[in-house]
Amino acid sequence: MKKNAVLEMKGIVKTFPGVKALQGVDFTLCKGEIHALMGENGAGKSTLIKVLTGVYEKDGGEIFLDGLEKAAVIKSPQDAQNLGISTVYQEITLCPNLTVAENMYIGRGKDVLTNWKKMNAEADKILENLGIPAKAAQQLSDCSIAIQQMVAIARAVDMDCKVLILDEPTSSLDESEVEKLFGLMRDLRSRGVGIIFVTHFLDQVYEVCDKITVLRDGQLVGEYVIEELPRVKLVAKMLGKELDDMEEIKDENQIYHGDEEVVFEAEGLQSDAGIKPFDFHIKKGEVNGFTGLLGSGRSECVRAIFCADKVIGGKVKMKGREVKLTKPLDAMKNGIAYLPEDRKIDGIVGDLSVRDNIILAAQVLRGFFKPFSRAEANAFADEYIKLLEVKTASADTPIKSLSGGNQQKVILGRWLLTHPEYLILDEPTRGIDIGTKIEIQKLVLKLASEGMSVTFISSETDEMLRTCSRLVVMRDRKVVGELSGADLTQAKVMETIAGGEM
Amino acid sequence: MIKKNSLFASRQIFIPIAALVLLALFNLILDPSFFKITLGHNSTGDPVLTGYLMTILDYGSEVAILAIGMTLVTAASGGQDISVGAAVAIAGSVILRVLVGLGGDGSLQAPIIVGFLAACVVAMLFGAFNGVLVAVFNIQPMVATLILYTAGRSIAAWINNNELPIITEPTFTYFGGFIPGIPIPTPFFLAVVCIILTMLALKFTTLGLYTQAVGINASSSRLNGLNPTFIKWLSFVILGLCVAVVGLIKTSRLSTINYSVIAKDIEMDAILAVALGGNVLSGGKFNIMASIIGAYVIQFLTTTLYKFNVSSDALPAYKAIVVILLVVFSAPTVKDKLLKVMKKQKGVS
Repeated sequence: MKKNAVLEMKGIVKTFPGVKALQGVDFTLCKGEIHALMGENGAGKSTLIKVLTGVYEKDGGEIFLDGLEKAAVIKSPQDAQNLGISTVYQEITLCPNLTVAENMYIGRGKDVLTNWKKMNAEADKILENLGIPAKAAQQLSDCSIAIQQMVAIARAVDMDCKVLILDEPTSSLDESEVEKLFGLMRDLRSRGVGIIFVTHFLDQVYEVCDKITVLRDGQLVGEYVIEELPRVKLVAKMLGKELDDMEEIKDENQIYHGDEEVVFEAEGLQSDAGIKPFDFHIKKGEVNGFTGLLGSGRSECVRAIFCADKVIGGKVKMKGREVKLTKPLDAMKNGIAYLPEDRKIDGIVGDLSVRDNIILAAQVLRGFFKPFSRAEANAFADEYIKLLEVKTASADTPIKSLSGGNQQKVILGRWLLTHPEYLILDEPTRGIDIGTKIEIQKLVLKLASEGMSVTFISSETDEMLRTCSRLVVMRDRKVVGELSGADLTQAKVMETIAGGEM
Repeated sequence: MIKKNSLFASRQIFIPIAALVLLALFNLILDPSFFKITLGHNSTGDPVLTGYLMTILDYGSEVAILAIGMTLVTAASGGQDISVGAAVAIAGSVILRVLVGLGGDGSLQAPIIVGFLAACVVAMLFGAFNGVLVAVFNIQPMVATLILYTAGRSIAAWINNNELPIITEPTFTYFGGFIPGIPIPTPFFLAVVCIILTMLALKFTTLGLYTQAVGINASSSRLNGLNPTFIKWLSFVILGLCVAVVGLIKTSRLSTINYSVIAKDIEMDAILAVALGGNVLSGGKFNIMASIIGAYVIQFLTTTLYKFNVSSDALPAYKAIVVILLVVFSAPTVKDKLLKVMKKQKGVS
């Protein structure tokens, strides 16, 4: 083993039926470093992590750990834990109905009896030590998501972990929460813990990491020290091609030139999700967006437009004609499509095939007594799999076995198949790799140039600035401003989000 | 691509077929006379086929008809309806009430079809009641249907004022017995009709896709324009229709009714048929043909046990063993292990 290394994975091979997920990947983690594991969806990041944590059994290669003579045998998550490898996943895997201390100690006690007092005291000590603002006796569900994430880390740390794996821990945190998490990570680094950090946010990688390992198509591209790998090069490594068009995608596409008809117009629209009534309109071929911090109400606004939440007030006009929309089907019939924020809960129908997922919305629109024939369904599925370059073994594959980005493409295909006039995309690029992100942004602009109206929501402001020609800014569940033209700059958006009344 | 899919579908149907083959082999080895079918004549002089296999075809059809509805309920709501036995009693009671009425002399007061249609309406209403509890009020299906399970047989008795009307009209016995000249039991034909209607419905409507989508992810189905509440409710109403058919068969067999015994525990057989068909009991994807074969397998098992003189009291214990085997073998961990073993053997050969 290399000097100072806590973990060395050599020539890891893992194959699934029809897919070589990992082809001889090496990975080395040193003491006291934060090591980013980067790659597109399907590059093999998750597979590598799952091999390391014993979720999958590897088909070849060896794993060495500091302090062990021989190669480590990891056959179950329990083995991994006993060897000092702890994982904190994207989704909180703790029990919200238990207290913080209970969550930290669950499944660890060897004694029959539990000394609650001692447990709480110890938990409090650890929490204080790590600077986590939570109390041991507090119920976990009372904590914010960020704190819950930190409790999960505290639990991992307390189990004497040498290797801490953070699998997309920041995707549901807002900026200040991410800052807190990074503080904790730096603290752990100084204590000598080796941290593997998996994320899609490039900013975050450059903020906390020391090294980057890049994977592509199940193969190792290389290991780099962060200072030696500027952002553009990292993206190029991940994609396997030089990327010069990232900044300039907007100019590539001609802008829609046609009659400036207002496609959708809402006045005083209000839903039961707790947003203030708002006015909104979108023209043919326009791309606009709702921006604001997480929880500012931007998703609730588009949900109200699609009637995903119960609409309790306001007037809606489609192409100048007043219409009454009360349920998603009404919106769909009026040519509105909505790609929801939460892909897993609101988007995919997990066990159904890619084909059924693609045709679902179009089928519902077509009606109960007019099912698509097998041949029609296959034709649609093949068309959109090809158009959107969905990576799937076949159209019969259950959608849940696809990677996040490919699932998103399938859902996008589902809505494109309904040939909407107005497409709402709520965080279509969250949790997916940078290559797919750019593809989706380009697609949005292309659709708009063909006359489709698109509302685009993203947590990443630069993404919105690149695609939208008008931004509705939200704060505290209220529309606080609208920016367009020369005002579309990062600084101006920030100012409006943060600033006082306009 | 299509080939792969049909392979996958056949894998699910493989479970009940394998069970059927096992049972058949068991009987073949211990006593081949199990498979003997004789052509005889019944009391009215009409030709009838008798034998254990005919019994299976006859009584298995009741479970098969219920399994159709139960599969849909399971797929859409992720739970099971345990009130079907009691609902059969209600449907049967309605038929008798309409056909002979209170204090009648046993002759028909109305055409049989009218009695049957009345039973359909009533059974669908009770199905709708269950459906409202489950789909609108979000009550666990087993808990929701527990209400009718408890009250159903009393309601059935109340419909006929606790009397036991007897139908003397011979044509009424055809539905649970034999149609003159046709030696195969009528319930089998009724099951075939139900199966064909179901298959047509699945082919010419989007019922299958909608039910599965709602069962897998109700929230995302709603955002695709579906109405999950309605589809769950509909599955219970369809089960109600199945219940009415079985109610007709059951009362026709006796020409009367026994409120506390009629279709007793049939819900368990129907649920077992769904499970044996390899359908996930927590909802989602389903295969109705597999459930139907599962239903006949269960009747095969019951008949086999009767043949070996297992008393009806001990029957549930034997069925429990089957359930245990079934649950264990369909558990994901066991499945994975089996697949690995099969792979290894393939590698060796």
